[in-house]
Amino acid sequence: MRKEKNMVLRRRRIQDSRADKAFYAVNGVVMVLLFVLYAWPLWFVLIASVSDPNLVQAGEVLLWPKGFHLEGYKLIVEYKDILRGYFNSVVYTVAGTAINLVMTIFAAYPLSRKDFMPRKTLAALFIFTMYFSGGLIPTFLQVKNLGLYNTPWAMMIPCAVSIYNVLILRSFFMYGIPASLEEAAVLDGANTAQMLWHVMLPLVKPTLAVLVLYYAVGHWNDYFSALIYLKDKELMPLQTVLRDILIVGKIDMQTGGMEMEAIIQKMKQAQTLKYSVIVVSTVPLMLVYPFIQKHFVKGIMVGAVKG
Amino acid sequence: MRKKEAKKKAGAVRDKRKDSFLQRLIKDLKTNHILYLMILPVLAYYVLFSYVPMTGIQLAFKNYRIKDGIWGSPWVGLAHFRRFFSSYNFSTLIWNTLAISVYCLIIGAVIPVLFSVLINYIRSSKWKKTLQMVTYLPYFISTVVLVGMLGIFLGDSGIINVFLEKLGLESIPFLSSGKLFRGVYAWSGAWQSLGYSSVIYIAALSGVDQQIHEAAIVDGASIWRRIWHIDLMELRPTMLVLLIMSLGSLINVGYEKVLLMQNSLNTSTSEILSTYIYKVGLINSDYGFSTAVGLFNSLVSMVLLLVANRVSKKLAGYSLW
Repeated sequence: MRKEKNMVLRRRRIQDSRADKAFYAVNGVVMVLLFVLYAWPLWFVLIASVSDPNLVQAGEVLLWPKGFHLEGYKLIVEYKDILRGYFNSVVYTVAGTAINLVMTIFAAYPLSRKDFMPRKTLAALFIFTMYFSGGLIPTFLQVKNLGLYNTPWAMMIPCAVSIYNVLILRSFFMYGIPASLEEAAVLDGANTAQMLWHVMLPLVKPTLAVLVLYYAVGHWNDYFSALIYLKDKELMPLQTVLRDILIVGKIDMQTGGMEMEAIIQKMKQAQTLKYSVIVVSTVPLMLVYPFIQKHFVKGIMVGAVKG
Repeated sequence: MRKKEAKKKAGAVRDKRKDSFLQRLIKDLKTNHILYLMILPVLAYYVLFSYVPMTGIQLAFKNYRIKDGIWGSPWVGLAHFRRFFSSYNFSTLIWNTLAISVYCLIIGAVIPVLFSVLINYIRSSKWKKTLQMVTYLPYFISTVVLVGMLGIFLGDSGIINVFLEKLGLESIPFLSSGKLFRGVYAWSGAWQSLGYSSVIYIAALSGVDQQIHEAAIVDGASIWRRIWHIDLMELRPTMLVLLIMSLGSLINVGYEKVLLMQNSLNTSTSEILSTYIYKVGLINSDYGFSTAVGLFNSLVSMVLLLVANRVSKKLAGYSLW
């Protein structure tokens, strides 16, 4: 019987083979092109960062590094703005994400508890801000009024919690944990804090990992907050320095007192800096990704369904 | 008799509810005090950073003076709005915003669906995983780096133009012409978000019962027919909901990327509402006018969202609220 079915399938496949074969062939080509479209730009930046800038500029570098040297990475170490920006970004990302995580748990857990009386009112109050806000200027003035302007706090407090992520975590608290477990904990005499710490949080660890990823990527890649709320160069995060190097083309080199040729040499090196700085700023995040890929996809799913 | 009794009972319940609201609140405060403590900072955050700024919207009708503050500045009525509506770039701003938005909307609706349908027909699961993985990677690239990479590859002396010149072809001003700005903006956005936005479609497709496909094959359906009648039918509800919802944010184009991509050569198409609000407000410090334009933007998108939600409820049975 089964054999017969297989026979039928095979016969059909042979019959339809021309159209289907064409499809698979075209699909294969499209996918290879797509792969190149994604992998090559990323790969190119990587190899250009360790290649001779002259050869890169001349279009000689295509698939493999040429004239291998690490000049670009040496420049990063010498370039004070980048190091400071890197340090600032690490601080903003770590501290900001910690604040985000605590606030998100503090919001999501009460809102998930059916016996918490004002939960519907508060949820509505929070969700409303998703659709309507004061806008750029009133928010800016409020940040100024609170004395956060031009302080590191301006990079963390105005985005202390995202309602979108609160909703994701809340749905995990509500539907991802068997009710019997809660009952058991209550019977064992756990109070609210103990319940949250010992029962709920360990169970939503994967979700928390995804939220940490979302928040951390957001902080690390944030340049607009700095553009609006910061003034001092000492406070600037990496992304602002990157913007100066990559887009504005403003590179602050100590060129005073140098010969013309030396300056030109420096300018050429600066070209490599563009590549190395992209690698150094982006690779750390990409390296984290494979470890939580599984949860990441799940997180997007929940977000898509809830949002 | 029975009716009366029922009425009485209902009344009693209502009374009980009425006079016990405060009592219930107190009781709830006692039993759930930890929950109240937890949510207090969150509430404070939303009040301070969302609701207080909402009171600042009055600036749209005021002439802001630093020494008087938001509340003390004099009212000017609709002067800012009149100035905005009659300004020479009003129609350009609206047109640019909508054009770029619709462009992104169409690409954003079609490409992820196309990609997930095609990737679904890849037989080697290793290759499939590699492709998915590689399309996720750009999610981690910041807007600054993305625009920087656009410069590296598509700039006037970028890699692509170097290759074109090598081949004896004319170079293409990807980043320095108003004509190409929208295309570069939309397609680079699609490049960055493809992996992320196709996740939900890929998951939906992997949920399709393989027997349906087998039955279709037995019935002699070609792949094209299977894509059309099985896969796309499966994705239709999701597509519809996402499309309708993105209609709601038609006028809300983020300014981060546009600002970074903007230069004097492409402002004819790259100046949109949000970048205008930013420039007038924070660069020129014309707070009242900027707030007015921002309020206009919020109101239009609010209306669009409400309409979209209505349509979605009717067509797809899905509502945001």
